[in-house]
Amino acid sequence: MYKNAQELLELCEKENKKIWEIAVETEMKLNGMPREKIIEAFEKRLDIMISSATKALKHKQSTKGGLVDGVANCQYEYSQKDGTVTGNYMNYIMALAYSSSEVNASMGKICASPTAGSCGIMPAVLVGMMEKENIDRKVIIEALITASAVGAIYTRNATVAGADGGCQAECGVAASMAAAAAAYMKGASNQVCFDAAGFAMINVMGLVCDPVAGLVALPCAQRNASGAVNALISADMALAGQVAHIPFDEVVDAMFKVGKMLPPQLRETAKGGIATTPAGKAIYKEVFGVE
Amino acid sequence: MNISILDVVGPIMIGPSSSHTAGAAKLAKAAMTIAGKPFSKVSFGLGGSFASTYKGHFTDYALVAGALGMSEDDERLGNSFEIAEKRGLEFDFYETEIVSEYENTARITFTFMDGSEYFVEGASLGGGRILITNINGLSCEFNATNPTIIVKQNDTKGVVGDITTILAFNNINIATMKVTRTSKGNTAYCLIECDQTIPEKIVNDLKRVNNVLSVVVVNIQEE
Repeated sequence: MYKNAQELLELCEKENKKIWEIAVETEMKLNGMPREKIIEAFEKRLDIMISSATKALKHKQSTKGGLVDGVANCQYEYSQKDGTVTGNYMNYIMALAYSSSEVNASMGKICASPTAGSCGIMPAVLVGMMEKENIDRKVIIEALITASAVGAIYTRNATVAGADGGCQAECGVAASMAAAAAAYMKGASNQVCFDAAGFAMINVMGLVCDPVAGLVALPCAQRNASGAVNALISADMALAGQVAHIPFDEVVDAMFKVGKMLPPQLRETAKGGIATTPAGKAIYKEVFGVE
Repeated sequence: MNISILDVVGPIMIGPSSSHTAGAAKLAKAAMTIAGKPFSKVSFGLGGSFASTYKGHFTDYALVAGALGMSEDDERLGNSFEIAEKRGLEFDFYETEIVSEYENTARITFTFMDGSEYFVEGASLGGGRILITNINGLSCEFNATNPTIIVKQNDTKGVVGDITTILAFNNINIATMKVTRTSKGNTAYCLIECDQTIPEKIVNDLKRVNNVLSVVVVNIQEE
């Protein structure tokens, strides 16, 4: 059994296996489930992810407070046009991420990955790349399991709760997981998958959790959209061969320590950041009728 | 690695929060399963962060949904208030202090048809995981991820042996087991977490054991 990325990579090396294979074998030992049941559970999760990432593209959802109603459709329509700044693909990726977040805020069905508040990032990367590159579903599942192993290391050695570590622990970890998945889908080595994961976390280290009116909507939806883009560019950094000077496990440790340094106001209490701006407070009053 | 990758990517749930929505639904569903008989009213006492942020996270809808027997991935979760009203189920919420080391806590009190009350306390641990901490005055700790059997029995020799024999005979493996009692020779409880789902037949077999007073089974699993 491994307890961090270094041990996982050593196990992969020793047994000449991919990250996802060791992750599945470890899960079999952990909860006694047979291999097929574990794969089946991930198949089910992927189905839910595909549905949440596409549901709101063309159909506006109705959410409490109405802060993110139609955000996916807005980005989707724009992604179909010529002349965007980052191109059709990046805009489409953002639309996919927005969709899951909008579905989540409207009490629709999603798969937490690693949390509900960050549920848009993983599906956007998987669905976007699956469509663009025509990747086999089997490889998508392997990529998702690779991502889950990355997430498990954060869960074990740091945190994936905004209340404990800020948004870096939710959207940051989701982007880190998705970066590893994206690299895997491009045929990256085990080490490069972790390099990608490390880059994504470094890109947003210290990101605060400051939900307006305490709702899982604003800025959560935007951070899911930017998190999905972060995952893709981090994968490209790693695939380009950029040197990861800080080992992944040390990045995880740094993120955990940064989370501890964040004051409670910036950890999911809606008492700091954009939640307490005049506009943020006005939204609170509008939604709940009191100051 | 002691973390399940299925907990990292998962649960499949209704938004918006794994701790405040999915965990709340699971907790209330576990509570109603433990209560085990029809009730006309349910009261939710909310502690910690549940009390301060439940409205933004639909914790209230999730709790009522769970009390109606819905799972955290049931798409009717957002309509649980209407469904409860249609079924004639009364419900209310109040803020309370629950002594606990956990951040999100609830005390769920059911009023049965005969007017008697029964409560279950628990906590949402994050990521959709829960912990049951008190069953009608009996302190306990189990998270209902494994099928769990709670047996109330007379505190006398041989009962535990009879119970485990029935489980072994039916190919049910015990993962963990705790035996407690209120006082010597009075009422005792067995809390048994198992690796396999507990079929109704076994519940009936256990109920027929001499000195067993009641048997509750909590089979709540995602897959």
